[in-house]
Amino acid sequence: MRSGLGAAEYELVLEPGRADRRYWYDLWTYRELFAILAWRDVVVRYKQTVIGVAWAMVRPFLAMVVFTVVFGHLAKLPSVGGAPYPVMVFAGMLPWFLFSTVLTEASSSLIGNANLVSKVYFPRLIIPASSAVVALVDFAVNLALLAGIMLWYGYAPGWQILALPGFVVLAMLASLGPAFLVTALNVKFRDFRYIVPFIVQFGLYVSPVGFSSGTVPSQWRFWYSLNPVVGVIDGFRWCVLGGKSPFYLPGFIMSLGVVALFFWLGIIYFRRTEKSFADII
Amino acid sequence: MTEDVVIRAEGLGKKYLIDHHAEQARYVALRDVLMRGAKTVKNKASDILHGRTSATGATIEEFWALNDVSFDVKRGEILGIIGRNGAGKSTLLKILARITEPSAGRVTIKGRVASLLEVGTGFHPELTGRENIYLNGAILGMNRAEIQRKFDEIVNFADVEKFLDTPVKRYSSGMYVRLAFAVAAYLEPEILIIDEVLAVGDFEFQKKCLGRMATVAGDGRTVLFVSHNLGAVEALCTSCIGLQAGTVFHEGTPSETINIYLSNAQALRGRSDLSRIKNRQGSGRVRFGSVALLGNDGEVVDHAKVAERLCLSIELTGDDPRPLPARVGIRFSSMQGTPLFVCSSELLTELRVGAGSRVRCVIPRLPLSSGTYKLTFFLERGGVVEDWIEDGLDLFVEDGSFFGAAKNTPSGHEGQLVLVDHSWSFDQMASEKLKL
Repeated sequence: MRSGLGAAEYELVLEPGRADRRYWYDLWTYRELFAILAWRDVVVRYKQTVIGVAWAMVRPFLAMVVFTVVFGHLAKLPSVGGAPYPVMVFAGMLPWFLFSTVLTEASSSLIGNANLVSKVYFPRLIIPASSAVVALVDFAVNLALLAGIMLWYGYAPGWQILALPGFVVLAMLASLGPAFLVTALNVKFRDFRYIVPFIVQFGLYVSPVGFSSGTVPSQWRFWYSLNPVVGVIDGFRWCVLGGKSPFYLPGFIMSLGVVALFFWLGIIYFRRTEKSFADII
Repeated sequence: MTEDVVIRAEGLGKKYLIDHHAEQARYVALRDVLMRGAKTVKNKASDILHGRTSATGATIEEFWALNDVSFDVKRGEILGIIGRNGAGKSTLLKILARITEPSAGRVTIKGRVASLLEVGTGFHPELTGRENIYLNGAILGMNRAEIQRKFDEIVNFADVEKFLDTPVKRYSSGMYVRLAFAVAAYLEPEILIIDEVLAVGDFEFQKKCLGRMATVAGDGRTVLFVSHNLGAVEALCTSCIGLQAGTVFHEGTPSETINIYLSNAQALRGRSDLSRIKNRQGSGRVRFGSVALLGNDGEVVDHAKVAERLCLSIELTGDDPRPLPARVGIRFSSMQGTPLFVCSSELLTELRVGAGSRVRCVIPRLPLSSGTYKLTFFLERGGVVEDWIEDGLDLFVEDGSFFGAAKNTPSGHEGQLVLVDHSWSFDQMASEKLKL
C-alpha cells in the first residue's frame, strides 16, 4: 500500500469512542506530514521576513544586553564561577526563548491551521509539534550567536558541552507539555490566547534568565525548582559554562518530575479534547 | 461485509449540543464560562438564602445532524449525495473522512479515503506551486516517493508547468483550483470524496475533472459526490441517496432520488420560519425570522404563481432593535445553484430596520417559469453583515401565463427559467416601398 495507511483489505471501523485505538500507529504513519508541516512553517517564517534570521537573533540579544545592565551592573548580582555576565545570561536565554517560542507558536498553531483541522483527518498532535520545530531552528541560530559571544569574551566551554543535546531534548520536552495543554485550551477557550503572552512575560522574570539560580536563597532553592524551566536553564549553564555553574541535584530532579508531569498532562488533555476540535474550531 | 461493499453505514448518528447561552458564538470564551459559573453560584446562593429550590434551566439542547443513517456503497460506484443545506451531507462526509466521530452507529470502510479539498485548503500562499504539491500531497496522506512518481502527471493535468516556481499567491483562481484538484485526482485512494468543489473552475476544467472521476470509478475505486448541481449528479452518479433533516429519505438511482427530492423539498409555503436554519453567517444581532408569502390582496398564499404579484413579508428578530440604515437582499437561484437575479433594497430605498421590524419585497409580475427556486437572504446594517442565509428556502412557482399565451417558453427552449417582459413590433414601410 502506498502510504501504509492500510491496504485495500484493511477495514476501518468508525464508532463512537473507537478512534483511540490506532492513534499512536496513525501518528507514526503521518510522520511525513509532520516533517512537511514543520518544513512549511520554517520556510514561510524565513521567507516572509527578509530579516528572518536577524529577527530571531535580535530579540534574545537585546534582552541579554538589558539583563546584563540591570542585573549585572545595576543590581550587581554575581555571575557564576567567574564567567562573563553576558555569557551566563545568554546561556540561560537560549532555553528560555526555546520554551517561550514553542509555547507561543504552538498555542496559535491549531487556530492557524483551522481549515486543515476541519477538512482533513490526521492526528492533531502533529500540528503543535511541527510548529515547535520553528522554535528549534531559531534556537540553532541563537546557538551560533552564543558561540560568537563566547568567542568575543574568549571563554571556552568544557567537556560538559557534550551533554548539550540531552538538555536540548529536555528543553523540548519541558516546552511541549505546557504547549500541548495551552494549544488544546486555546481551541476550546478562544480568549486563552491572551493568557499566553502573560505566561511568557511573567516566566521570563520568574525563571533564572537574567540572574543565576545560585542567587536564590538556599532554603527556597528546592521549591524554586518547581518551575520546570529552572532545571533546564541550570542544565544549560552547566554545559556552557564548563561545569562552573554548580549543579543542584535535588532541584534538578524536582524539575525533571514537573517536566514529566506537564508532558503527561499535556498529552492526556490534548488527546481527550482532540476529537471535538473539528466541531468547535 | 460482502466482498464488493466498501462502505457500510449502520444506524449512523451525529449529535451536536447547542448551548443557548452561547447562541451566536462559534466558540466559548473562558471569560464567559467563568462569568456564567459565578452567576450560577450567585443565583444558587440567593435561592438558598430565600429558601427556594434552585431551578437548573435546560440551556443545552441536543441536535441530531444525522440520525439513523444506513447505506451501502459498492466498489466502483459513484454515489451522489443530495439534500438541502443543513440536511447532514457535510456531517456525513466528515464522519467518513474521520474528521469527526459519529455519536451513534458505525461505519465500516475498506480502503483509504481521501477528500477533494476546498480550493486552497492545505495550500500556503507563500509557497511555490511545486512546494504546494508536496505539501498538499502530504496533507492528503501521500508520501514523498508517491508524489514524486506522479509529479509530472499532476503538473500536466493542472496545466501549470510555467508557474511551478511561482508562489501560488500569484496564481489566478482558475490555476489554484486546477492545482488543488490535480493533486487529489492523482491520489488514487480507494474512496474519493468530492464535496461541491467543482462549482469553481472554468467549464473546460470541470469537464476534465468529471472525466477523471469517471476514470477513477472505472478503475474500481469508489467516488462519493456531493453537489447541488443536480444535473451533474444525474449525469455522473450510478446511485444516489437523498438526505433530509439528518435522515435518508431515498436511496436509489439518481433520477429517482432527484425527482423525489425536488417534489418534497422544504418549500416556502404560506408562512415559513427562517430562524430555525442553522447554516447562516453574520453577526446575528438582527436575524431573519418568519417569512410569509402574500398574494394579490395581502392574504397568505401557498405558492407563488408565474406573472402574478409576489410579496415576501419578512419579520426581523434578534436583540438589537435600533433602526439602522440597512441593505436587504433576496437572491433567486435555480435548483442547480445558478444565480438568476437579486432583489436588493440598496438601489431602491433606504431601509432603516432593527429587530422587530418587518420588511416587504414585492415583485409586481414574477418573471420566473414554473418550478422550484432557491432563495438566499441577506441583511446588512451599517456596513455589518447581520444575517446571511445561503439557499435558505425553496420557492415553488405555480404555472401561469406570462405573455398571455398558451405557454411561456418558445419551442425548443423548454426549461428556460427567467421570463422577461418585452415586446416586438414591425413596420410595413420597407415592404410597402418594395411594392411601389
